[in-house]
Amino acid sequence: MSEIKKIPGISKESTQALIDEVLDAYPAKARKKRAPHLGANDPATGKSCVQSNKKTVPGVMSARGCAYAGAKGVVWGPIRDMVHVSHGPVGCGWYSWGTRRNLMSGINGVTQFGMQFTSDFQEKDIVYGGDKKLKVLLQEAHELFPLAKGISVLSECPVGLIGDDINSVAKQSAKELDIPIIPCNCEGFRGVSQSLGHHISNDTIRDYIIETREFAEPQSPYDIALIGDYNIGGDVWSAKALLEEIGLNVKSVWTGDGEIEKIAATHQVKLNLIHCYRSMNYMCKVMEEKYGIPWLEFNFFGPTKIRESLRAIGQRFDATIQEKVEQVIAKYEPVMQAIIDEYKPRLDGKKVMLLVGGLRPRHTIGAYEDLGMECVGSGYEFAHSDDYDRTAPEMPEATVVYDDPSEYEFEKFAHALKPDLIGSGIKEKYVFQKMGIPFRQMHSWDYSGPYHGYQGFEVFARDVDMAVNSPTWKLVKAPF
Amino acid sequence: MANALGLDVKPVTEYAPEEVERVRNWINSADYKEKNFARQALVINPAHACQPLGAQLVAHGFEGTLPFVHGSQGCASYYRSTLNRHFREPAPAVSDAMTEDGAVFGGQANLHEGLENAYALYKPKMMAVFTSCMPEVIGDDLTAFINNARQKGCIPADFPTPYANTPSFNGTHIHGYDAMLLSILQTLTEGKKIEGRCTGKLNLIAGCDFNTGDYREYKRILDAFGIAHTLLADISETFDAPCDGNYQVYAGGTKLEDTADSINGKATITLGPYATPKTFAWIRENFAGEHASMPMPIGIEKTDALLLKLAELFGKTVPAPLKAERGRAVDAMTDAQQYMHGKKFAVYGDPDYLLGYVSFLLEMGARPYHILCSRGTKKVEKELRGLLDASSYGKGCTIYMNKDLWHLRSLLMTDPVDAIIGDTHGKFAARDAGIPLFRFGFPVFDRVNKHRYPLIGYQGVINMVTEICNKFIDIRDETCEDRFFEMMR
Repeated sequence: MSEIKKIPGISKESTQALIDEVLDAYPAKARKKRAPHLGANDPATGKSCVQSNKKTVPGVMSARGCAYAGAKGVVWGPIRDMVHVSHGPVGCGWYSWGTRRNLMSGINGVTQFGMQFTSDFQEKDIVYGGDKKLKVLLQEAHELFPLAKGISVLSECPVGLIGDDINSVAKQSAKELDIPIIPCNCEGFRGVSQSLGHHISNDTIRDYIIETREFAEPQSPYDIALIGDYNIGGDVWSAKALLEEIGLNVKSVWTGDGEIEKIAATHQVKLNLIHCYRSMNYMCKVMEEKYGIPWLEFNFFGPTKIRESLRAIGQRFDATIQEKVEQVIAKYEPVMQAIIDEYKPRLDGKKVMLLVGGLRPRHTIGAYEDLGMECVGSGYEFAHSDDYDRTAPEMPEATVVYDDPSEYEFEKFAHALKPDLIGSGIKEKYVFQKMGIPFRQMHSWDYSGPYHGYQGFEVFARDVDMAVNSPTWKLVKAPF
Repeated sequence: MANALGLDVKPVTEYAPEEVERVRNWINSADYKEKNFARQALVINPAHACQPLGAQLVAHGFEGTLPFVHGSQGCASYYRSTLNRHFREPAPAVSDAMTEDGAVFGGQANLHEGLENAYALYKPKMMAVFTSCMPEVIGDDLTAFINNARQKGCIPADFPTPYANTPSFNGTHIHGYDAMLLSILQTLTEGKKIEGRCTGKLNLIAGCDFNTGDYREYKRILDAFGIAHTLLADISETFDAPCDGNYQVYAGGTKLEDTADSINGKATITLGPYATPKTFAWIRENFAGEHASMPMPIGIEKTDALLLKLAELFGKTVPAPLKAERGRAVDAMTDAQQYMHGKKFAVYGDPDYLLGYVSFLLEMGARPYHILCSRGTKKVEKELRGLLDASSYGKGCTIYMNKDLWHLRSLLMTDPVDAIIGDTHGKFAARDAGIPLFRFGFPVFDRVNKHRYPLIGYQGVINMVTEICNKFIDIRDETCEDRFFEMMR
């Protein structure tokens, strides 16, 4: 058990009073629904202090997305050598086109398909069904993009409501075209958030992909897969290089800059290393059960967590790797110290509040702490209780934890806690910037990155410093 | 063998570099273009979004108005983040978060709970309700649901709650703009028409325009004329709010009172005919005074037409400062025409913008060579054709209706042009073709402040000339041989 962090002025009572005040604005029914989702952190228990993964309360302005967003945006979309079809009306695919920053290698339209493919449903498709159209478009996609190694069909809301059978179309077309075609029933109305979309996508990988390929080269004891890294701003490229530096073979990446055939052969690796537990734990568990592949969670944000993680990874291998781990840590330690020496004096004691998806509200805390900052509030859009359990020890005692907060709640908490930085998403960014509070987008790295690995920490530190200490904030208040 | 597809387990493969090279060249070929244009079902890189996005935009244009998405919560997050990214501004909107049980029982319970909560938390003066796919597919009855909400007390009996059906499987964002605007005007003007009353004001509708600078420019022009006005669905403050330490959920918008009284106006003009056909038809039947539907005033001629119409409707002459401004815009054009003359452009966008770009390019002696409309009617095509036929610079230019940006790519690679006018989504095609992309449309996710620079009016002409010509000059400076690199251009 790590030591319990404390923040002067924040107690269980003060946090509860703040929560009560915020809840006061709600009508009775909504108040009752929201109350269990707000709590004061209790690190000693190591347990979640809030309820989670429940339906969003209607009308409150949640930041959440939907199952389709979890499937297209998160799990399937980053696989670079497949055509991902947004099956249904034009909007969903258009809104999620290039807006996550999962970077890809390859040639656009030739070996890499970071584009928007849609069946663009019209009224007649709703009335008569879209299965025939789907069959034709799969053929067209295969013809126009002959190097695409597979096609995913990601259902939007109407598809499930009108009773289309994309699974049978996919099955038939896969046979005819001789490529994997993956039907993913991830309609946006399913579940309570993006999270179910991740789960459904993991299940389709289990059902349609895993074990359909084998690596051509001989296996080695150092073969691993990098799971739950989506290459936001190049994160994978930084993380993979670091894992290779300690002597491991990164055989496949799920799914940032991912390749479908390598994902399909992941059942041959010796260890699955998982960064985003929330979106990919399902397949790690499947691979553990089915193929006996162990998995290990790790954290590549900030030198403290990177060091801990590298050593934990080393423990899963022999002395060769462990020695390399120590060499790598020793190599980067002075580099990291130089970064800390530069930025910490300007960031020491600054407070940050976080609201992100399912991992970063806990995983990035250590990186802020490396820079001398403290986290005074954290919460998730779509985490489950196991995520909140993992969050409890990372956060200081009695700080506020919020699950799927409404914009109203988030704004009130920020108003009371007066953070020096808020890390959240695009929908929140400009709200807080208007209030004069520095902000960084923590989904997209605010068009920067990578933030993973040693390479990433330098970028992260620079970005946090430029957000918090930008001279522009001093101009917000007019002198008249 | 464990996989569910029944495929054999195969080795992981890599493509030979020659094969990649072959395909890389092939997708730029005429043969590929033919196959690409033969597509029947697959849409690739479309240049249009769905109806609710336009509905949300127009809702933000009214005072104290909270856009309310009846449907899945993910939809609202998508519309909001799109507007956030384009304007770099907040876009507060709620949804009633329908889920699977909504498919069985309908969305009334969600709608009622949502209205009650949103009303309590965000204290709006109006909530504009519009639908995403789910309630449209299952056939929710918004009229009944909202009446029931009033009876149940979820919202006060007299609380303005316009609502619109905005199915995403029909039309584009411009049609959602129209549907929501119509409902807002119908709701707010109901019972407000007073026989014999005339506000003396002009009601102006900008259309589905995502440029806050345009709205400010309209107001400036009308002020210059001394014409009292109500700019309906005015998003200029909402999406260009000051950063002063105070966040306002409702930063601007047309006053509800002024909107209500707009039915007694002296005249009403829509400048987005393709984004307001239903609204304008209803206005013609119901609004007092005179009515005019005019093209978005992009370029000199279309701006002239607006000013002449204003002069006519209000019995005024075009004020001297505006006349001088016209002269300055024309001066900018004649000074810079040599940098654009004869240059070929590919242009795409919503019909109202598109007609403006084409008109402006022809005025400059440039050629709108590939004109691509992602979703449009025969009427749009006819109007575009009319513009091309009226100018010698329109000769040999082609209109492509209902085509997407992957079609555009084939056009650029097989029949090259010098530049593209479009939005951020065209950047991949522009890069492949090695030509500049002028981001005049919506959305612009990758440049700053574009929405603050008007495209309409004489000022818009100066802005477009400046951006386009300087870019061509930059390219010359960056690419010319050293011996041709010189001080003046």
